[in-house]
This record gives sequence, structure tokens and C-alpha cells, in this order.
Amino acid sequence: MTERVKQLRKQSIEAVNRLDHERALLVTEFYRDHVVKDDPVPVQRALCLKYILDNKELYIGRCELIVGERGPAPKATSTYPEINLHSLSDLEILGSRPKVSFKVDEETRKAYRDVIIPFWKGNTNRDKLMAQMTPEWKKAYEAGVFTEFQEQRAPGHTVLGSKPWKKGMNDLIEECRDALKTIGSADANAFPEKRGQIRAMEIAAKAIIDYAGRYAAALDELAASEASRLRREELSKMASICRKVPANAPQTFHEALQHYWFIHLAVITELNPWDSFNPGRLDQHLIPFYENGDKDGTLTEEDAKELLQCLWIKFNNHPAPPKMGVTAEESSTYTDFALINLGGVKQDGSDGVNKMTTIILDVIREIRLLQPGSMVQVSKKNPDTLIHRALDIIQTGFGQPSLFNTDAIIQELLRQGKTIEDARNGGASGCVESGAFGKEAYILTGYFNLVKILELTLNNGYDRRTKTQTGPETGDPRKFGSFERLLDAFAAQVEYFADIKIEGNRKIEKLFCTNLPAPFLSLLTDDCIARGKDYNCGGARYNTSYIQGVGLGSITDCLTALRHHIYDRQTVHMNEMLAALESDFEGYDNLLEELLFNTPKYGNDDDYADQHAVQVFNIFFGAVDGKPCFRGGQHHINLLPTTCHIYFGKVTGAMPDGRKSGSPLSEGISPVQGSDIKGPTAVLKSASKIDHIKTGGTLLNQKFTPSFFEDSESFAKLTALIRSWFRLDGHHIQFNVVSADTLREAQKNPGKYRDLIVRVAGYSDYFNDLGEDLQNEIILRTEQGL
Amino acid sequence: MPSTMPKGLIFDIRRYSVHDGPGIRTTVFFKGCPLRCSWCHNPEGISPEQQQITRTRTVDGRKRAYQETVGKWFSPVEVLDILLKDRVFYEESGGGVTFSGGEPLMQPEFLNEMLLLCKKEGLHTAIDTSGHATGQIFNRTVKNTKMLLYDLKTTDNKIHKSFTGQDNYLALKNLLSLDETGPAVIIRIPVIPGFNSELAGMEDLCNLLAGLKARVQRVDLLPWHGMGHEKYRNLGMAPPPFQGNGSDDEYLVSLIDLFAKGGFNVKKGG
Repeated sequence: MTERVKQLRKQSIEAVNRLDHERALLVTEFYRDHVVKDDPVPVQRALCLKYILDNKELYIGRCELIVGERGPAPKATSTYPEINLHSLSDLEILGSRPKVSFKVDEETRKAYRDVIIPFWKGNTNRDKLMAQMTPEWKKAYEAGVFTEFQEQRAPGHTVLGSKPWKKGMNDLIEECRDALKTIGSADANAFPEKRGQIRAMEIAAKAIIDYAGRYAAALDELAASEASRLRREELSKMASICRKVPANAPQTFHEALQHYWFIHLAVITELNPWDSFNPGRLDQHLIPFYENGDKDGTLTEEDAKELLQCLWIKFNNHPAPPKMGVTAEESSTYTDFALINLGGVKQDGSDGVNKMTTIILDVIREIRLLQPGSMVQVSKKNPDTLIHRALDIIQTGFGQPSLFNTDAIIQELLRQGKTIEDARNGGASGCVESGAFGKEAYILTGYFNLVKILELTLNNGYDRRTKTQTGPETGDPRKFGSFERLLDAFAAQVEYFADIKIEGNRKIEKLFCTNLPAPFLSLLTDDCIARGKDYNCGGARYNTSYIQGVGLGSITDCLTALRHHIYDRQTVHMNEMLAALESDFEGYDNLLEELLFNTPKYGNDDDYADQHAVQVFNIFFGAVDGKPCFRGGQHHINLLPTTCHIYFGKVTGAMPDGRKSGSPLSEGISPVQGSDIKGPTAVLKSASKIDHIKTGGTLLNQKFTPSFFEDSESFAKLTALIRSWFRLDGHHIQFNVVSADTLREAQKNPGKYRDLIVRVAGYSDYFNDLGEDLQNEIILRTEQGL
Repeated sequence: MPSTMPKGLIFDIRRYSVHDGPGIRTTVFFKGCPLRCSWCHNPEGISPEQQQITRTRTVDGRKRAYQETVGKWFSPVEVLDILLKDRVFYEESGGGVTFSGGEPLMQPEFLNEMLLLCKKEGLHTAIDTSGHATGQIFNRTVKNTKMLLYDLKTTDNKIHKSFTGQDNYLALKNLLSLDETGPAVIIRIPVIPGFNSELAGMEDLCNLLAGLKARVQRVDLLPWHGMGHEKYRNLGMAPPPFQGNGSDDEYLVSLIDLFAKGGFNVKKGG
């Protein structure tokens, strides 16, 4: 690392996370004083973005090479009152909670109390969203059957394709004008609406050019008063870069990174899309700029690394926007899930690994920042050395990069109807979600608690925790008489809740389309311009709504236990089982011991247990896949929990797998914590029995102690393990390499381990920032590691 | 047919075994061993019979004792079914199956049946053995395996006998009987302080191996870390009186040097 990068990195790590009112105040001013009510909504939104960018404070760090912050300073985090409104007590909780806190100063509190809250109270998108949900939806939501992603954040998980790396905003404005001509001649009825949409995109494009212009002027001004000649030259160069991009297509490496960063900022200022925003296949996008600079002698490898590290620091300066309400207490990460994609294949299907892949992996290894996350796409076409380089970083216990199966992702995208080229240009974003980069609006809509639904099935649809008839009456389980009837009842409950969730999704998508279109994001995503349609309205070439199943391991073990003890061996009566569950196993030690230790478990490559994973998968898939979403696409499934398995565990009572009431569910497609005793190959075999290709992503966490990384032979064996998993069509695997003792020590002395980063689920986080429950779970997982 | 098949007494089958031969392997542990090595940390492999042991596990925070039978009778096909589960991993890694123990050569009929079944399935096989078996059994068995992990301890019979309870005559004779048609050999030498910790004795071993150089792929020096006595107590066995300390790193380095100079590919750990 250069001295400059060391300084910037230190500043970024040490900057205090705070909630900043600048954006909220500007948005409020805009809607109070400047909005023209007769303007189409997309135009209003574009003008709102312009108002923020025209008036926000600029920030230029002392030795920065890439400029621009969403807030007035690093880690001064914006809020989005048009989407969700923090109350004064939310601000209090955020400021004072011990983990993942956001400091709130008096000025911000005052702005909220006097201006922001009075204007938005009862009038946010969240208020409108909740008002539209049916009583059935609300009951299920409160019982913890599913969560709602769009309740506090806009549709996101969006990844940039190759186009915006090759075009400037002026080119896109040209595209808009051309599109308008075509649209006008094609459909006169739709024309006024589409004209509004396209006008909005043009306004947004110009807004970001002007914003860059403000930076250019500020940089020139700084240069004029700068004493150091070296820095003066840097500032002048940066000023000329800001005059060139994003208005025009970038030509140099430095221009490309600044170009991207302006685009990134505009996307996350316009709305608060999930998972921030994502530059996509960075090694593919950057290689031409690197090669040109290398060829004409204007760029060394060291220069490229320094610039990339400056970009990494920019990502790290931007925590996820703070949540409000219940989730202000629960949400436990600063990470905003931007995920850099490396490796994979090129559009023509050939090996995509290039010089940039190596350079970026070096950057990741060196800079060790929480954000952005990184992943390596592995295709059968890629060399083993790609995996070796990834393992070399993974073994440091940093939790990055995670490994993805490109060949599986391509099959998944093809099954969903993408062209082979669009599939090859795709990858995974957020945690593990597959998408056609630059051409798809694929949104996660909520986690789906499969274990809770079995609990409801065992109670004839009644939820004991909220004391409500939450699901349909699918029969008294004492009278089922066969495992098949039990499974049918479970399937009926899944279908019921999936339909409720999907109906809710359609309304919510419509709400965003109508009230919160995203004209700037639409500029970047094919084919929004050509169709004259917003990203949030189905303008993208492909549209997908994902529902993410949680608790595959737990639900499988529950069904296996019921079948094994009640129906196959008939050693336990359903009455006894229900009584034991109701009492949280108090007084049922013998039964609990049987359930925990003498019952086949998922994760051991035992077909008897694993068949139930397949059955649950098929039921969930059948209830969701292919059902239409509002934006013209379809619903598909994912299996990933982020940290939701903890929340879902809290709202789910004792279950037949021997899990006590309130304990975490299994995470991702991993086995129940500690129940896999046959080693990693057995886990991978079990997890491969579900059909990954029919999902849009699954998450598998594997823990290894550092001893499995000790020499080149171990690397070769781990590489073979990964290759085998991918041959079995596994979608993703991630490694957590830390000893349990280290973690326990860190729990006791958090101060000494401020930099300890562990893999949580689809992302890494500071161990200190995790809640105690999650910390304990990770310690447990690690203990049982090999 | 199955009724005439020999059954084998197995005390563990471990998948993703990465220290018992090339690639990713599944290791099958045979129960029963003719040796009584003082440093043995797998005492459940010693007795050729099933054993009952008492263990404890935690149920909702309370410790509960339970009985476990060590050793289970398997037919060759039952074991094969388990071995085949990891075929994809063997193929990707150049791995396979290792028969270990205990002493696999103590159940020669079963072992041979297993080797033939594996051969039919195209699985790479290795036998982890002390070589303590009759020449007839040894010669017949090694024909059917691709690799031997040969646990060699010392050339000094007196020391050998006092620490393992057996002469080293069979082990040495069988080793020297290997010719160029035989399997590849990895020599595994446990380095035990107070037993084979004299450099002079190791030089003898090195000289003995000189004649086999063409067959010996590698010499693995296995450091010893001391042992707990819990396993012995659980099995109702008296722990061996041997109280060695862990291996001395400096000594290990000089041994690596010795075998390297002798022309062997040598590795610490296996």
C-alpha cells in the first residue's frame, strides 16, 4: 500500500458512522418548495435527484484521487424519508445501541424534529405500502412467516453491464432522443407517458454531469491554493477528469474509475436500492483501460493498484443506510453488500481470467476492507491457479472472496429465459443472487420461513406466539395417519403463504413503479431507454422477483424426525411430540436425546434424510417459480438467509429436529449447526441433491480450521473439493477460516480484535459488530469445523 | 452370494481424509491389530472384537451417559456403497480409498474382497499397514492394491519388540519382498521420542530402504504430539506406561536431512 492509501484507509476505518440529515432535508425542501405537481412522477424524481446533487456539500479528502461522497463526509450516512421515516426514538436507538450504531448529533435531531418528521409523517412509501397489505399478509408478516425487502429500501441488487463503461452521459442522452423518435412512431397512446419517462432520464443524466462539474470547479479552486506542486498537479488532473466523465466515455484507467464512482453515487442518492450498487465484472470492464495505459506507458501496475484501492475505500466509506422501527434494533451490519465479480467466462464462452483479475485479487488481499465484498466466478474453463489465488486470500480468515460456479449460474439464467450471451455476461450480486448484469431488474422480495410454516402446519394453521389463526386449517396432525398427508398439509400451507407473499409483491412493485421510479438507474439498464420504461416498471430486458427460502437444514431434519419416529418406526406418538414441542422439551429429555442423536440428519449424505430436503425444495419451488410479477417477469426462488435465520429462529417455537424455541434456524443450505458429522464431502453431497439450477442462488457456508490450508497439497485438495462441488452443480461455497479459540477470545476482549472479520452468510462482517447470538453461532460452527 | 461373503469388523469410515495417500480419500479403519505400540492413539483399533464403551453427551445443557458399540460388521458391498458416495471427489483430486486400522491385513479375506470390488469400480486403493502378516497373505494382498502406506518403525528388533510387543522380522521381510511389479510405496515413520529417537537407528532404516528406492515414492516423518489416556479409559483398557514427550523439531529437521541425502522424497507429516 502506498502512503496515500494507508492514510485514506485509516481515515475510512476510523471515521465514525453517523446518520446525516443532508439528503433528507434536501428531499423535503424539494417536495415542499420546488416540485411541480403537474410534472409526471419520473420527472419529479429526476428533478429531486438534480436538486440534491446541485445543493449537496462536496467533499474532497486530503490526498484523494477519486472524489465524491453520498453524504457530506465519509460514513455520514444519508436517509430516505420519502421511503421510510426515522422517528426521534429510532434516532435515539440508532445512536445508543452498542452494535452497528449511527451517531446522531443535535443538528440532525433538530432537522428531523422540526422539518423532516412533520413533512413526511404518515406519508412515506412505507406507510402507503403497509396500508395496501391485506389482513392475511399482515398476520403472516407479524408471525414471522416472511419478511418484506421493499418496506424500507428500494428494489436493488443491480449490477452494471458493460455499456456504461463504454458510454458517457451525453451518449445516453443521444440514445434517449433516438428512442423517443422510435417510440413516438410506434405507439401514439403510450407516447405521453414514455415521453415523460425519457425526459426524466435526460434530466437525471444532466444532473450528474453538472454534479461532476461542481467537483471540477472545486478541484480547480483547491489546486489554485495548494502549496505542494505534486498535489497541485494531481488536483488539476482530477478536475479535468471530472470535466470529461461521466459526460463522456472514459478513456484512461483513472477516468474509468471516477466515471463509475459518479454513476454509483447517483444511483445510491436517487433511491436506497438494496445492496447499494455494483460495478459488476470489474476485471472484464477494466482490462481495456489497463491495457491501453500499459501500452502507451501512462499507467503502471502500481498506479492501477493505488487507484483501485482508492475506489475500494470509497465503497468502505458508505455503510448501508440505517434502518428504522423494529429493525433499527435488530439489523446487524454496516455492510451494503456491493460485490465485486471476478473471473468467469467472456461473452463468447472463453476463459475470462486476465491480468486485471490478478491485480484486483492483489488489491483485495492487501487492503482488507469490509466493503466492497468480492467473489470469484469459477468456470470449468478457468485455470486452477484462479482458485489457488482465491484460497490464498481466504486462508487469512478474511472471509473473502467467496466462490461461485459460473457454469451453474449460466444454466440458471438460461432456464429463466436469458440468451446465452446475456447469461455469460452475468454473475451473482448481493449475497448469492444470479442475474444478467446490466440487463435485468432482479429483486429480492423477502425471506420465507419454511420452518415456521411447518410449525403452523403442526398447529392446524394457528400461531401460538401471536395467538392468531395465521394459516389455513389443514387438519389436526394427530389424524393425518401417514407422512404423505402431513406433507400435503405442509405443501398447502406453503402454497397459501407463497400466494399471499406474491400478491403483496405485485402491489409493492406497482407502488414503486407509480411513486418511486428510478430514472437514473433506468439510463444504465438495457432496455429501459429503448422501451421508454422505468427500471421499477419493467423497463429492463429481464425482470425477476425472488423469494428466499430459509431453514432448509432445519425443515429437512424436522420432517425426517417426524417420519422416522412417528410414521416409519412408530416409536413416538404425534400426541407426545406435540406436547413436547409445546413445553419446549421441558420434561422430555429422553425424546429430545432421541431427536438430537438417534435421528438421521441432513448433511451426512444419507438419502433417508436428504429426500426430505428435495421434497421441501420441490414444494417451495412449485409454489413460487413462474408466478408472474407486476413488472412483466416471473417469480423464482433462492435459498439464502443473510442473518434472517436468527430472526426467524426467534419467532419459531420448539421443533421436531430437537431445536429449542427461539434458537437460530440452520443457515443457507447448510446443515443444522453441528449435525453434520461425516465431513465436508458428505455435506456437499447432501446439499447437491436439491436442483440448484432451478434456483437463482443458494448459499453454502463451510468452515475449515487453518490447518487445511497449510501447504500446496492442501490447496490442491481444497481446489478439487471446490471443483467437485461445482461439478455437482453447486451454486456457491464460502469458507470461514478462524479458530474457535480466537473467536472466544475476541468475544471477551473485543477491543483487541477490532479488525477481526468473519464470514457470516453471503458476506463478511466485523466480529465485534455481530450480536451475541450470531457470535455464539459462529463460534459453534467453527468448533465443529474440521 | 452375500452369505458366503466375508464380513469385516470396521471401527470407522472417514470421508475427506486428506492425510492418508494422494488426493481426497475415504479411509476405512479395520478393527484388530497384532501390534501393541506404546504410543498408539487409536486404541479402539487394537481389539479384534466389538467393544462397549460409555460416553457422555449434552442434552439441553445436561450431561447424559450412553452406551456405544465400537466396531460394526460390514459386508464388502455395504462398505463399497459408502466408498462410492465420494467418487466425484476422488476423480477430481486423484484420490481414492485407504484401508487402515488397526491392521487391515488381519482381515485378509475381507480386505481382498474390498480390493477386488474397488478395482472393478476403478477406485484407487491404498493399504496403510505395519506389514506384520505372513508372507503369503502379504504377497497375495499387495497384488491387488495400487499403493502401500508402509508404517516402518525401527530396524532394531529388541527395541521394536519392547515397544510394540512383536518382532519386526515380518515387517522387514515383507517390505524387502516388494519388487518392481508391486504397488507404489510411501514409507511412514512415526518419530517417537525415547523409541526411535537415535539418529544412528534412523541411518540404518535409511540404508535398508536404499535398495527399494525405485518403489518408494516418498518417506513421511510423522511427528508425535503425546497422547491422552481418555480413549483407553473409555475402552476399559490400561493406558500404556509409555510417557513420551512431543517430537523434537530439531531432531525432525536432521531426519529430513538424512533421508533427503539418502535420495528420498521426504515430507514432515503425511
